[in-house]
Amino acid sequence: MQFMLLFSRQGKLRLQKWYVAHPDKLKKKITRELITTILARKPKMCSFLEWKDLKIVYKRYASLYFCCAIEQNDNELLTLEVIHRYVELLDKYFGSVCELDIIFNFEKAYFILDELLLGGEIQETSKKNVLKAITAQDLLQEVSYGDTSLEL
Amino acid sequence: MPTPMRLRDLIRQIRAARTAAEERAVINKECAYIRSTFREEDSVWRCRNIAKLLYIHMLGYPAHFGQLECLKLIASPRFTDKRIGYLGAMLLLDERQDVHLLITNCLKNDLNSSTQFVVGLALCTLGAIASPEMSRDLAAEVERLLKSPNAYVRKKAALCAYRIILKVPELMEIFLPATRSLLSEKNHGVLITGATLITEMCENSVDTLQHFKKIVPNLVRILKNLILAGYSPEHDVSGVSDPFLQVKILRLLRILGKNDIEASEAMNDILAQVATNTETSKNVGNTILYETVLSIMDIRSESGLRVLAINILGRFLLNNDKNIRYVALNTLLKTVNVDNSAVQRHRTTILECLKDPDVSIRRRALELSFALINSSNIRAMMKELILFLEKADPEFKEMTSSSIVHAAEKFAPSAKWHLDTLLSVLIAAGNYVRDDVVSCVIQLLVCSPNHQGYMVGQLWTALENDAADRQPLIQVATWCIGEFGDLLLYSPDSPIKVTESEVITVYHRLLTSPQNLPISKQYALTSLTKLSTRFQTETNKIRELIESFGSHVQMELQQRGVEYSQLFGKYSHLRNALLERMPPPEIHKTNPNSNDVQNGNIQTDVEEDDLVTMNQDNSGSVSILHVYIKMNALLVLLGGESGENDLVQQPKRTTETNQDLLDLLGGLDSEPGVISSKPMDTKVVSDSSSVSLHNNNNNILNAINSSDFLSDPISTVQSSDDLIAYDKGGLRVGYTLQKVGDSPNTTVINVAASNTTLTPFTDFVFQAAVPKSFQLQLLPPSGTVIPAGGLITQVLRVTNPNKSALRMRIRISYNCGGTLITDQTEVNNFPPESWQ
Repeated sequence: MQFMLLFSRQGKLRLQKWYVAHPDKLKKKITRELITTILARKPKMCSFLEWKDLKIVYKRYASLYFCCAIEQNDNELLTLEVIHRYVELLDKYFGSVCELDIIFNFEKAYFILDELLLGGEIQETSKKNVLKAITAQDLLQEVSYGDTSLEL
Repeated sequence: MPTPMRLRDLIRQIRAARTAAEERAVINKECAYIRSTFREEDSVWRCRNIAKLLYIHMLGYPAHFGQLECLKLIASPRFTDKRIGYLGAMLLLDERQDVHLLITNCLKNDLNSSTQFVVGLALCTLGAIASPEMSRDLAAEVERLLKSPNAYVRKKAALCAYRIILKVPELMEIFLPATRSLLSEKNHGVLITGATLITEMCENSVDTLQHFKKIVPNLVRILKNLILAGYSPEHDVSGVSDPFLQVKILRLLRILGKNDIEASEAMNDILAQVATNTETSKNVGNTILYETVLSIMDIRSESGLRVLAINILGRFLLNNDKNIRYVALNTLLKTVNVDNSAVQRHRTTILECLKDPDVSIRRRALELSFALINSSNIRAMMKELILFLEKADPEFKEMTSSSIVHAAEKFAPSAKWHLDTLLSVLIAAGNYVRDDVVSCVIQLLVCSPNHQGYMVGQLWTALENDAADRQPLIQVATWCIGEFGDLLLYSPDSPIKVTESEVITVYHRLLTSPQNLPISKQYALTSLTKLSTRFQTETNKIRELIESFGSHVQMELQQRGVEYSQLFGKYSHLRNALLERMPPPEIHKTNPNSNDVQNGNIQTDVEEDDLVTMNQDNSGSVSILHVYIKMNALLVLLGGESGENDLVQQPKRTTETNQDLLDLLGGLDSEPGVISSKPMDTKVVSDSSSVSLHNNNNNILNAINSSDFLSDPISTVQSSDDLIAYDKGGLRVGYTLQKVGDSPNTTVINVAASNTTLTPFTDFVFQAAVPKSFQLQLLPPSGTVIPAGGLITQVLRVTNPNKSALRMRIRISYNCGGTLITDQTEVNNFPPESWQ
C-alpha cells in the first residue's frame, strides 16, 4: 500500500498515512485530486478506480471515506477487508466510533493504524492482539504522565 | 509562562471558526505561540504542542518547524513523549529530510530498548520513513530483532526488513538466514509478515526464488491448516479463517509456481481445495477466490483447474456486488489472450456489463468485448458495440469507434456489411471518429463497385439529416456523392428518389453553415464541381454557388472557388475529362507500394543500427538520435518530404504515377507535400499494410486538394516546407528556410505549426534552443491558438558565424481538449545548403 487517507463527506482530511516519500506539495496535490474524484463518484459505482499507475480502493463508512492506494498486483478486494478491519478496530476502541472521535483523538487513530499496518503491509491479523498492544501502550502512557494535568 | 492550551480546546476553537479567515487567525496565533515555546526549550509541554502542530499540519498548514522538536521528544525517556515524537516524525519527516542522521541515532537507541513497545515504535517509524542511508545504517539492528524471542518485535522487524530490501535490494543477503524460520511459527502476525518478506525477496532475485522453492510444502501445509482447522474466533472473518494470511500465501505460491512444473504440481491440489471450499456469500470469500484464480492462471496448473478458475470469474460477473464484477472483468482481460475459448463462453454476460451504470465496469467490459471479437461472432458483437457507441459518453467514443473500425477491417464477413458498419460508426460517433476513418471508408467504397449505388443512397440520407456534429460523415458523404452522383440520381435501381435541386439545397446549407469545418467545405466544393458533370439540368446553379466562393474570407475556400470557376469558363472544355471518376486505388495488400515501404522500413532499420553503434561511446546522445531517426523513418514511411534521405524518393515516384489525372494538364505541382498536411497518425506506422492504405488515400485526397493546378505555377509554392521539425498527435511543425541577402551567416526560418485534428489547440508555445556557437532570435508568434485545421506562424533567425552543422532542440506545449501536451525533440536534418 502506498498511502491511506481518511476524509469527510465535506472533503476535510481526517487522517493521512504515507508509506512512500513524496514532497509535501505533491502529497497535498494528490490528496486534493483524490478527494474531489471520489466525492464526485456516485454511490452506485464500484469502490475501485485506476489513477495514474495505482489502484485506488475506497469505501464510505457513515460520514467518512477511507481511501487506499495500492499497486497494480495487489488484491483490491483484500484492501476493502483491510479498511473494514481498521474500522472495526476503531469501533472497538472508541465504542461505536464516529467522525468526532477521530477528529479529537486523531493520534489514537494513527496509533491503531500503526499496530495494524507497518510500512504499508499487514502486520497483525488478530483484532485482539492489536487492541491488546494499544491498551498496553495507553497504560504505559498514563504511568509516564503521573500527573493527569499533563495530558494532551 | 502560562499552561498552553489543550489539544482538544484548540480543535474546538478551530472548529468553531465560521470563516476560513477566522480559522487562519486562530491557527496563526497558536503557531506563533508554539514557535515561541520551541524557542524557549519548554520540555514539559513539548509533547502537547507537537500534538497540536500535527493537527494543524493535517489541515494543510506548514509545520516543518516542528521537525527537530519531534526528535527531541523521541530522545525523551517518557513514553508519551516518544509516542507523539515518533508519530510526528512519521508525519513531518520523510526520507528526503537531512535530519536523518539525528533520527538514525535515536532509532538505534530505541531499537536496543528493553521495553517492547519502544522497540515497536522505532521499528514502525523505520518501516514508514526508511531512506537508503537509514536502511544501510540500521539493517544489522533489524536483523538482530528478526531473531528476537518476542513475536510482537519479530513481526515488526520482518516488515522493516521488507522495507529495507525495497530501498536497498542488496541488503537482502543479511536477512536471508533468519527469514526461513519465520514460516514455522504459530503466530499469524509472524507468518504473514514472513510471507510478505519472502515474497519481496523472491521478486527481487532469481537465485532467492530458487532458494525458496523448497518452502512450497510449508506454505501448502499452512494453507491447509487454515481451511481445515475449525472456527477460531481470533482470526475468523465472516466464516473464513484469516483471509489476510490466506491471500498472502496464495500470492507467494503464485510466484514460486510460475513457470515451474514441479512446484505447480505440488500446489494444484490445495488450489483446487481453496477454490471449491471457500464460502462465497461475502466479499471476504470472493477475495480469496479471486487470489486463487490469479494463482491458477499464473502457474503451470492442470487444464481442469483453469476451467474451474474461468468459471469462478464467470460466476463473479453475475454477482450483485459491483466490486466483484469489476475484478472479474479485469482478470478476464488478463487471461483472454491465453484462454480465449473459455472466456468466450461468458460473452453474453460481458456484453451485458456494457450497460452497467458504473463507468469503470463499462470501460473494462468494452476492452474485453473487443478482445473477444472473432470472425464467427463479429456480426452479433458489432450490433451490441454499435448500440453501445450510440449511447456512449464522449470519453468512450473515440476509442470505441477506432476499435470498431479496426475489428471490422480484420473480420468483416462481406464488403457490404463492412460498409454498413463503417457508416453506422460515422453516424454514431460523429466528430469523435478519427480522421483516418474517412479515407478508409472512401478507399473501401471505391474498391467495391457493386455497393456504390447502395452506399451513396445511404450516405445521402445521412447527409440530408442535419450532420453538423458529424464532420467526418459530411466529408465521406460529399466525396462519395461527388464521385457517384449519377448513381444516386439516375440509376434505375436506386431506391431513393431525389432531384438535382434538392441536392444543391443541401450542399448550399453545408457550405454556408458556420458550424462546418473549412476542410468539410473543401470536400463539399470539390464534390459540387464533380457533380456539375454528373447533373443534367442544374449545372448553372452549381456554377453560381462555386463562383460565390471566389470572394470567401477563408483563403483556402476562396482559392477553390476561383480555381473551380475556371472550369466553367476558360477551361470548360477540360471539365468533363478532368472530373471523371477516380480510378480505384490498388488494393492495399497487393500494392507494390507497400513493398517499397516495407523495404524502406527495413533499410532504415539497418541504418538506424549503424548510427546507434557508431554513437555508442557517446551514450548521452544516443537516445535523442534514436528518437530522431525513428521520426525520420516515419516521414519516410509516409512519403514525407525530408528531402535529404534517398529512401524518400521511392514512395514519391510511385505516388506520381498515380496522379495521371493531374498529369493531363502538365506542369503541375505534384509535390506530395501539399497533401501530407493530412493527419499522420503515429499508429499508422506500426502496421505496414495500413501505411500503404494511407498512401493511397493520400492520392485520393491529392486530387481534391491539389487544386493549385490551375493557378499560375509561381503561386504554387504554397506549403512546401523545407523540413518537418515535428509531426505528432495531429500537430505538425514545418520549417521553411530562407537566406538573408545582406548577412550570409543568418538563416531565417519560417515556422508553420498546423493542427490537423478536429480540436483546437490552445496555449500553444513553441520554444527553440541552439548550441552555444549559434545565436537564435525568436520573434513573437502569430497567435497562441491553432484552430482545428488551421495554422499559426512564427519566425526564427539563426546566426551561424562558424558555419557549423545546424542543430536545434525544440520544445512544444499546447492544450488539446483540456489536456496539456508537452513534448520535445531535436531537429538536425537541416539541409546542408542552409548553413554552409
